[in-house]
Amino acid sequence: MRRLLSTGQPAGAAAPADGAGGSDSAAFFDLDRAWRLHPRVSVRPESFGALLYHFGTRRLSFLKEPALLALVEALPAHPSARAAAAAVGVPDARLGHYQQALATLAASDMLVLG
Amino acid sequence: MTTTAPTRLVDHFSRGLAAPICLTWELTYACNLACRHCLSSSGRRDPRELSTAECRAVIDELERLQVFYVNIGGGEPTVRADFWELVDYATAHHVGVKFSTNGVRITPQVAARLAASDYVDVQISLDGATAEVNDAVRGAGSYATAVRAMENLAAAGMRGFKLSVVVTRHNVSQLDGFAALADRYGAQLRLTRLRPSGRGADTWDELHPTAAQQRELYDWLVAAGENVLTGDSFFHLSAYGQALPGLNLCGAGRVVCLIDPVGDVYACPFAIHDEFLAGNVRDTGGFTGVWRTSELFATLREPQSGGACASCGHYDSCRGGCMAAKFFTGLPLDGPDPECAVGHGVDALLARGEAAPPRSSVDHSRPAARAAAGTRRSGGPVPVTIGRAPHLAGATAAGSHPRPPVSACEENPLAGFDPATTGR
Amino acid sequence: MEQSVLEQVDPTVPAVDTTTAGDAGLVDDLLVEEVSIDGMCGVY
Repeated sequence: MRRLLSTGQPAGAAAPADGAGGSDSAAFFDLDRAWRLHPRVSVRPESFGALLYHFGTRRLSFLKEPALLALVEALPAHPSARAAAAAVGVPDARLGHYQQALATLAASDMLVLG
Repeated sequence: MTTTAPTRLVDHFSRGLAAPICLTWELTYACNLACRHCLSSSGRRDPRELSTAECRAVIDELERLQVFYVNIGGGEPTVRADFWELVDYATAHHVGVKFSTNGVRITPQVAARLAASDYVDVQISLDGATAEVNDAVRGAGSYATAVRAMENLAAAGMRGFKLSVVVTRHNVSQLDGFAALADRYGAQLRLTRLRPSGRGADTWDELHPTAAQQRELYDWLVAAGENVLTGDSFFHLSAYGQALPGLNLCGAGRVVCLIDPVGDVYACPFAIHDEFLAGNVRDTGGFTGVWRTSELFATLREPQSGGACASCGHYDSCRGGCMAAKFFTGLPLDGPDPECAVGHGVDALLARGEAAPPRSSVDHSRPAARAAAGTRRSGGPVPVTIGRAPHLAGATAAGSHPRPPVSACEENPLAGFDPATTGR
Repeated sequence: MEQSVLEQVDPTVPAVDTTTAGDAGLVDDLLVEEVSIDGMCGVY
């Protein structure tokens, strides 16, 4: 019912950060690198998760789970995304699922290496 | 760890959020133009318009609410003397700004200032790829004004500003021409839907696209993909096939709204009518109170059953279309859109009866503009009030001589403004 | 209100399904959705 952009780049968006595959391989996200939110991103928590707005690309991302928000906010405090996930209690069985979400965010420049 | 499947974003949004994601803010009803389809029936400044201080207070609230950006429009917002002060205040307070303009004040210096700012975007309005088509709707010289503005923006190195077009019967054949114009000036094209709102109520019959043109438009948009913006204004066309990019739902009162020049909060800029008035920012709870406690908005945020459209297989994608389009063509809100892609709107219009559709009492048109808008369908009485402006009705606070009413030709949007007598 | 006209859904126009059968699970499973800030109706 609406087009999802997990595998595509919006026109004019920045190239995906290193550490994530190219625009067609959103499934790959390097959990063993350090990541952080792009400084131009505003985070607005919601009851269902969060809204992220990138003032540069004017893209709006919707995180569907509060736990995903917790992971994203924990990223800058850990040497790797994997460590951040462990710190916020992401079960191993869910890690791949979260990795896919992080890949989407990296592909739209919401997350950058840091 | 959650075990329920996450709901879709559209489900959360249709229930409303604790704050808008973005919103339209009409700063003034004053305008140097008199477009025949103006959704806000603009032309003359309203003496009760929000003061600079009141505008700053609204921005403070938007910052607290984390509204991501505002689309500042009007009227022509740049005619306000405090326009730049307010734009700077907004961006300094983490509220992104895009402003809609006919280009009248986009000089080379202004263009340079815009090109240098990361947080301000500009949207130039144009409704014809040629002066002939454009000026027939927006007035003589308006095409030249817009093009000059775009030239200045391009020369200043501002890339990615918006060229925004309202699609009409007369310009739907010029879509490639609009794309070429946008490319030429380094702009991004935006096509939006004409609604029978404001002066658009008088020109709707003449200007709205035919069914065949609407299909043509849809096909063109599908081919254009993400490169052409639409403000999600064509979600009623998703019944044709794949949905166009966007949330594909009516955001009015749920994720977006309008703040008008006198502080009235409406569900959306296409619905400036008492029926869709949620409150005023000057009310005790400010804008936040209106957004969160308005009965109108609570009603809009309830699940919509689809009404007469529920039995149609397309309802899930078109959501019954645009509330404002239905309202101002006299159709029930729980039935098809007048431009329903499957044709149910035509049936509904025929079944509508002879009663005149609702008209807004909010009208700041200059008299010549209203007369030129065309024959009204309804033929009902024209609301006219002759007399002193409300703030002159009694003695002034300081007992001084009342000033004569501000001339309708007065360009200064703040002429006649008296902080002592403004507000409730 | 009688709805006889509206019950006659045009049989030549397919009901919309913008996701393929294979996609349906994927759509509900994704934890991130994205849209342009220009992607909500009611802002001009």
